[in-house]
Amino acid sequence: MQIYLPIAEVSVNAFLLLGLGGLVGILSGMFGVGGGFLMTPLLFFIGIPPAVAVATEANQIVASSFSGVLAHFKRKTVDLRMGTVLLIGGLIGAALGVWMFNYLKALGQVDLLVKLCYVVFLGVIGGLMFIESLNAIRNTKKGKPPARKKHNWIHGLPFKMRFRVSGLYISVIPPVIVGIAVGVLAAIMGVGGGFIMVPAMIYLLGMPTKVVVGTSLFQIIFVTAFTTMLHATTNFTVDIVLAVLLLVGGVIGAQIGTRIGVKMKAEQLRILLAIMVLAVCGKLAFDLLVQPSELYSLGAAGGH
Amino acid sequence: MRALFISLILLVTQPVFAEEVVLGLSKDQVSINTNFDGSEILIFGAVKREEPIPTDPPLQVIVTVAGPFEPVVVRRKEKRLGIWINTDAVEVDSAPGFYAVSSSTLLGMSVTETEDQRHEISIPRAIRSVGAPMNITNSESFTEALIRIKTASNQYQLNEGTVSVDEETLFRTAIKLPAALTEGDYQTRIFLTRGGEVVSKYETSIYVRKVGMERWLYTLSRENAFLYGLMSLAIAIAAGWGASAIFSAFRR
Repeated sequence: MQIYLPIAEVSVNAFLLLGLGGLVGILSGMFGVGGGFLMTPLLFFIGIPPAVAVATEANQIVASSFSGVLAHFKRKTVDLRMGTVLLIGGLIGAALGVWMFNYLKALGQVDLLVKLCYVVFLGVIGGLMFIESLNAIRNTKKGKPPARKKHNWIHGLPFKMRFRVSGLYISVIPPVIVGIAVGVLAAIMGVGGGFIMVPAMIYLLGMPTKVVVGTSLFQIIFVTAFTTMLHATTNFTVDIVLAVLLLVGGVIGAQIGTRIGVKMKAEQLRILLAIMVLAVCGKLAFDLLVQPSELYSLGAAGGH
Repeated sequence: MRALFISLILLVTQPVFAEEVVLGLSKDQVSINTNFDGSEILIFGAVKREEPIPTDPPLQVIVTVAGPFEPVVVRRKEKRLGIWINTDAVEVDSAPGFYAVSSSTLLGMSVTETEDQRHEISIPRAIRSVGAPMNITNSESFTEALIRIKTASNQYQLNEGTVSVDEETLFRTAIKLPAALTEGDYQTRIFLTRGGEVVSKYETSIYVRKVGMERWLYTLSRENAFLYGLMSLAIAIAAGWGASAIFSAFRR
């Protein structure tokens, strides 16, 4: 069934969009990532104009994250306190990121920068996670107990706060910095930032994986809602019909994904996310390195 | 003196072939609604003339449909430091969003180069590119790329031999409009040619408009962007909550 999208001005298959939404929704619920880093390139691929894809994707992430976070609230796996601290950093970062994005746009080559950002961050995070979770799996197989959390320099910082759900007593400075960094990257790369946030929470803040997913979803809702409003009011690129089709699939997928995620071991969950992140990274790197079949591309005049 | 007189008569009675187009369209308004999936427009008509059908060069008919004209930036990728990045860009001053040329025979046989240039009939002629920046040597390759990309997505069509002409009087053709259609007035032109010369020209417009929900959402997103944004968020939250509620109801 073909549906004409009023803002994107293209006609697409409704079932294809529902399916894509569902697939990304499952991943979103499982891993606590918004799925933007997967969905946005997929939307480009089926012919949605990039500006519309990025803006609409933000709106869809609001829906699937909200659906996912409710499931996590029921299991009490959301650290609201940590989420709020991260969110404060996230919003500051997003504002900074938008400012940086416009500055780079003026310099030109912003597309390239976005792509390089993707390749570098996806590659580094995916690689680190993959190695770490592989080691963890090997250790559990050998019967070694998991390494105890070490005290490091992070625990020496002031403004300590107790995060009961996460079982942490640490300074608020690292979470705020993580929030800002993710916010900046999220705004530049046009995604919720879950795929950066989740590893940062696990490895930098030492949060338990089960709590990480819900907390990440919690703060993604607000960051993407903010981005949606920004796109809708300045660029007029949010396509509500596209969003509805994606989110109907997405919210159902997120519910299923959350249930799958609960049944899986933390290491397995992390290794799967690592593989997925590496796959997307590989595809993007491939596109940059191999000669494209069409060297020319069309764009609207005026913008970049 | 006699020769001059004859040529004078010829000049006065221009055009030599007094032929005119009487046109019909299967529809002059294309409505884009939610399930819009492309459209086909039947363009048909007759040639009206006061005199008997001229015999010598056979009558050819060319039909063009052009979507709204807009400037387009064409970028070219080049390998720099091992990666493919956009380097050169040429702004094409005015290119139609959609362009279809249909002719009763090969376009090159229907119209001469000069006439093509004058009336901007063929696809390369319909695109206006004033000039590329100084540092770009082969700017034609950019216009060629534009045509190539647009042709691949069916936005530009060259349909040679698809206009059928009966008895040098009746003609008809069908133009397929793709699903990815933008709003606007689609300028439609019919040329009658003999021996490559345009003997008559007729112009009309096909109106492509969004209707119903498409129209309403589009207008809202432009004129009331804040409300539109809030509505998008409200739908997202409601859908997320709804799915969660339904799933937990199932589990109970």
